[in-house]
Amino acid sequence: MSEVWSYLASFDPEVWDAAGRSLWFAVTSCAIATLICLPLGSLIHFSKFRGKGFVVSVVQSLYCLPTVLVGLIVFSLLSRAGPLGGLGWLFSPAAIIFGQAILISPVLLGLVISALSGVDKAVTETATSLGASGIQSAIVAIKEVKYGIVTAVVVGFSRAVSEVGVSIMVGGNINLYTRNLTTSISLATQKGELEKAWAMGIILLVIALVINIALYWLQRKGKVMEWKVMRWLSFRFRASGRSTTGSVS
Amino acid sequence: MALLQVSGLGQEYNGQRILSDVNLTVDRDEVFALIGPTGAGKTTLLRLLDLLDIPSSGEIFFDGTDVTRSGRRRLEARRRMAYVQQKPIVFRTDVYANVACGLKWRREKKEAIRPKVESALELVDMAEFRKRDARTLSGGEMQRIAIARALVTEPELLLLDEPTANLDPVSVSKIEEVLAHVIADRRITVLMATHDMPQGQRLANRIGVLTDGELLQVGTPSEIFCSPSSQAIAQLVGVENILAGVVRQKDQELTIINIDGHDIQAISAFDVGDKVHALIRPEDITLTLSRDPSSARNVFGGKVSKMGLMGPLVRIEIDCGFPLLVTLTAISLEEMGITSGSQVYASFKATGVHVIKRQD
Repeated sequence: MSEVWSYLASFDPEVWDAAGRSLWFAVTSCAIATLICLPLGSLIHFSKFRGKGFVVSVVQSLYCLPTVLVGLIVFSLLSRAGPLGGLGWLFSPAAIIFGQAILISPVLLGLVISALSGVDKAVTETATSLGASGIQSAIVAIKEVKYGIVTAVVVGFSRAVSEVGVSIMVGGNINLYTRNLTTSISLATQKGELEKAWAMGIILLVIALVINIALYWLQRKGKVMEWKVMRWLSFRFRASGRSTTGSVS
Repeated sequence: MALLQVSGLGQEYNGQRILSDVNLTVDRDEVFALIGPTGAGKTTLLRLLDLLDIPSSGEIFFDGTDVTRSGRRRLEARRRMAYVQQKPIVFRTDVYANVACGLKWRREKKEAIRPKVESALELVDMAEFRKRDARTLSGGEMQRIAIARALVTEPELLLLDEPTANLDPVSVSKIEEVLAHVIADRRITVLMATHDMPQGQRLANRIGVLTDGELLQVGTPSEIFCSPSSQAIAQLVGVENILAGVVRQKDQELTIINIDGHDIQAISAFDVGDKVHALIRPEDITLTLSRDPSSARNVFGGKVSKMGLMGPLVRIEIDCGFPLLVTLTAISLEEMGITSGSQVYASFKATGVHVIKRQD
């Protein structure tokens, strides 16, 4: 175990490069997926169309899309003979980001739709009646469930940063180019460098932990705000009850 | 010129008819009250007029333009009106941002927004609440914010859905004060739904009575309250003495109506033999302890059969051979020493009797 800690303390550039790339790929793919899924989720939620329930069911069933299957799909798309082969993205960071964005999109989309379903219809109707356009009303709804949306983004990020199938299949695990923490762990384990694998595993775990703490903090902040509102309301209610009793007596 | 014109408006939900064939015209700067019992379709009509829902049938013209179905025209028209719902909804932000949102959505400049919001908050006496989380406000305060939020956009048409329902009397009076001030000071057209009849009477120039999805009568407050056109409207506007009878005698306009063997004199255009309802408002009846000489053509003696408090008033039921309801202040009742079983005389003028055709 001491070798693991010394590995971490040595600041092996390969390890920290892989960690940096993991964050870069996950943050970028998550940002792209969010930019697509937030408006798309709003569109699906606010639109009335035949088969809407079916679409939502399909999105939800894609939550557990296997990473290797996404890797296979992206590989087929980006390979020289594939429809997107001309982009020349295969075995590049772009391919990993593209693959991870596809992988996390169903989760993000499903959770955005689910969060928006919790918004009282009266909220968007009030915005509409005050002159908001469809997009402006959707923004109001998104703001109402911002903590739910943040949760969706963090869940998407967690899935992206921890996947290995897409990164290996379409990134090629090229050192200092497409190698990230998960593919490095896989390689180090295969090579018997367990200390190095453990060190990188700990870094990955710390990243996951930081994300979860951030999520917990955000949710707690939201709950604390709700609690403050409820406390204020109950205080006002009690105060008004007292004054009413006072005036009667 | 009419700002709002509605023709043949109908609405159905799941095969159930909520509104049918509503025809209505509201002129600029007019205050129009829509009265009716709960479930009459008032909110449905207001939602259609605010262009939140699309009607099943009929057309809505706003300032001469058909806005019934076209998306772009509906948004443009909606931005010239404002709608205050019965249950106010505030957004998850502070009071200032809640009031400013309508202006932001209309792309008003920041420097123009601030004075308008401040002025709207002052109008509803909520300026000191500007930084407060809007969700911490009481029902009455939220409603005042909703009114400020609607007025800040300087709408041409203000739609109010029972703006004082479920509020305490102090909040009701504050909101009414704001509305009366706005109506008097601004060139604004108001269409308000209410089941608070006196409120409709106090604020409106014209009143429409909506019952079971149908607009039954439109007229001035005095027309609606003193000359309701049907038994249903009479009941709705608080005419408690609705007496079924037949016209027995006619002398020009003076009509004698036989009610359970008793004659009531009224002014009407009905002919002998017509089946009618004689409508008498309780407050138009004078109660005395003896048969005093009076100018009233109708005087009936009877015994007090029932009494009940109604706020500062007492509601007295007299058996004159037919039941007659009279209201009296509690002080008058005490001074007169009237108790259950007392012999009293009820008198009312022939002009105080409104006669309508009986539908049976």
